[in-house]
Amino acid sequence: MRRLRVLRSLVKDSLETITHGSKKYHIWMAFLTLVMLVGMYCYSVQLEHGLSVTGMTDRVSWGLYISNFTFLVGVAAAAVMLVMPTYVLKDIDFKQAVLIGEGLAVAALIMCLAFVVADMGGPSVLWHMIPGIGVFNFPNSMLAWDVIALNGYLFINISIPFYILFMRYQGKEPNPKVYIPGALISVFWAVGIHLVTAFLYQGLQARPFWNNALLGPRFLASAFAAGPALIILVLAVIRTYTEFVIKDKTIKKIALVVTVAAQINLIMLISELFKEFYAPTHHSESAYYLFFGLDGKTALLPWIWTAISLNVLATVILTFHKLRNNFKVLFFACFILFVAIWIEKGFGLIVPGFIPGPYGKIAEYTPTGIEIGVTMGIWALGAFVFTMLAKTAIGIETGKLRYNKKKP
Amino acid sequence: MDNNNKKWFSLNLSNKKKQEPGTCECGKTSEGCNSSGNDHLRDADFDAAVDATIAEERTKDGFEQVFDVQMDRRTAFKKLTASLLIGAGAVSTSCSVIAGDETKEKAQIDWEEQFKGNYKLMTRDEKESTVGRLVRSYQLRTGKNISMSSKNAEEDVLFGYAFNISKCQGYMDCVTACVEENNLDRNSQMEYIRIHEMKDGKGFNFNEADDNYYHEVPAEGHFYMGTQCFHCDNPPCVEVCPVQATWREDDGLVVVDYDWCVGCRYCMAACPYDGRRFNWSTPEVPEKEVNKNQHYLGNRLRKKGVVEKCTFCVQRSRVGKNPACVDACPTGARIFGNLLDPDSTIRWVLENKKVFRLKEDLGTEPKFWYFMD
Ligand code: SF4
Ligand code: SF4
Repeated sequence: MRRLRVLRSLVKDSLETITHGSKKYHIWMAFLTLVMLVGMYCYSVQLEHGLSVTGMTDRVSWGLYISNFTFLVGVAAAAVMLVMPTYVLKDIDFKQAVLIGEGLAVAALIMCLAFVVADMGGPSVLWHMIPGIGVFNFPNSMLAWDVIALNGYLFINISIPFYILFMRYQGKEPNPKVYIPGALISVFWAVGIHLVTAFLYQGLQARPFWNNALLGPRFLASAFAAGPALIILVLAVIRTYTEFVIKDKTIKKIALVVTVAAQINLIMLISELFKEFYAPTHHSESAYYLFFGLDGKTALLPWIWTAISLNVLATVILTFHKLRNNFKVLFFACFILFVAIWIEKGFGLIVPGFIPGPYGKIAEYTPTGIEIGVTMGIWALGAFVFTMLAKTAIGIETGKLRYNKKKP
Repeated sequence: MDNNNKKWFSLNLSNKKKQEPGTCECGKTSEGCNSSGNDHLRDADFDAAVDATIAEERTKDGFEQVFDVQMDRRTAFKKLTASLLIGAGAVSTSCSVIAGDETKEKAQIDWEEQFKGNYKLMTRDEKESTVGRLVRSYQLRTGKNISMSSKNAEEDVLFGYAFNISKCQGYMDCVTACVEENNLDRNSQMEYIRIHEMKDGKGFNFNEADDNYYHEVPAEGHFYMGTQCFHCDNPPCVEVCPVQATWREDDGLVVVDYDWCVGCRYCMAACPYDGRRFNWSTPEVPEKEVNKNQHYLGNRLRKKGVVEKCTFCVQRSRVGKNPACVDACPTGARIFGNLLDPDSTIRWVLENKKVFRLKEDLGTEPKFWYFMD
């Protein structure tokens, strides 16, 4: 009973925090709402006319939505890089970052699910995918695995921070016996969601561009670079605009994680390029299309070369301690790394899988305005959810939000 | 197809030029080909299907049990109107007396269709009642009757296909026949079959082939090769579907339940042969061109956002006929039949010609062979 009352008051208090803030905060939220509304409008157009309003065709049947989905799974998985040291290795430096990281994971997962739904031809029969009610092709279909993995991860990442915040809200210390097992599971789970998502592509013998053993590990490396890079950027913003204290030491440690992951990622990229171009086979054509274009079709060239240059530049910057310890440079490096991986692991990975087609047909893909609108709407949704979560979490952590002790 | 033996319901407007009533084009002897017997079967199926919806008889499937209340209401108003409707012979929406009930019935059908189960897992009765609902729903919407079968695979049948590269001249009559037979979306010009035009002397070089030509054929110095879904015996598309909306039937046909598909298009990514098509928008077939001889797993009308593919014309092949493409081909390049029948033409081809399949290294075991004279 008491718990319920605490919960009710927590909800009320957090609503209060969410709806109150500085002018900048309100402008930010209004902006996000506007983008979401535009996205919703675009989605309603898509619902009415079908996926024909997107740039996808029978030849390139996955596009921007699935690209973003793939990338965001990585971002979600990356929260674990912060969870592990804090909870398990008891390294307190990360503690503040963890709640933010998990909030980010929740937002990223919500975006993932939204992208999957946006990509479905029949959202009205989505219940066919619900285990128990629908028919689930488990364990054969990797997509079925992915549905379970993503939802499970979402559950873990909601419940752990919720438990911690709920205790803090009442002024109690969260009991490590409760949350450490959860944290441990989430560590394995995070690696799991990412591998499963990689296997989704890796397991298709029809698409040689994806059907390669390095895809899974490379997913992990790039995720552990892009995710923490985003966390650093977010922490930088939070540090500037709220009184939430994040020590330099914390950011530096996360930067180290980003650096190592970015370096490994680069090594794997080199290995991949070597395999594709040293002794090119028929199966290297997708890579050729991606990096050099085929038959004068070069839509992805500017993107991938931007991505590669940014990637290399960021990794070089991060590798030098002097540069990395200068926060301005660090934030810049994190930003370009994030963009680079978004391109590389988003449509730089998905689209070339379909080009050339099974019989060598080269049909290019360009997203339409509607598609871009929906995509931006979903990103705005993610940012919106994250802002709300972070604001409440920060309120509780800084002690501003507390359960009213006058009540029993 | 089986226009002969028609009953009251057949309002088949689609003209089947190549139809020779009573004969069988499959070129097989005895066992595999017993089209007249099958015709009766189909009619029986259909009657049963109509019964299931229109007559008062209540065959409950799982969902109907859950939504029992609606069933009762439905039965009640059906009792009131059924005789009227059937008596009238045809139903038109302009019939004001029963319009209210019709709207209700339509809503009822839509509701039940929305929450029905996966066809693959349905019992015989459930299959018949969904087919009955679909027939009824079409009748309510357009005032026209269609026949829809839910005929299962027959025993000792495994369908296979062979393609004679020496004979094909690229006329694309097969493509046209396929579009008409299978009610393919005219709007997006969907085609299951692709004919690849290749240059002589370059071998099977798909990279330089053109699968979208608009000129007179056969073009000098070229040869032609058709592809479609190969009905793999180990189909990767089936493995990946998260909801089992696509599967391999016992006679080897790889089919899709259009009502169960959620449109994730994972199967399209998994197919190494470009065998699948997606309905990017609502498919459009002019009412008078609709082929009204349908099968639940075959050429029934699709909706937007679902995947479809060649079914070796399940509505034809399961009643002992050839797929439309085979019959339409003017050069005789296409051969279809039962792989388990030692006397079938397809067996003769496999045993006497030097056949090969595409991308055999992938282990998909297509049931579609190529050969040359
Ligand atoms: S050809 Fe493609 S669609 Fe047809 S059964 Fe094989 S994998 Fe599936
Ligand atoms: S598109 Fe339909 S048939 Fe294909 S994998 Fe998805 S649900 Fe299954």
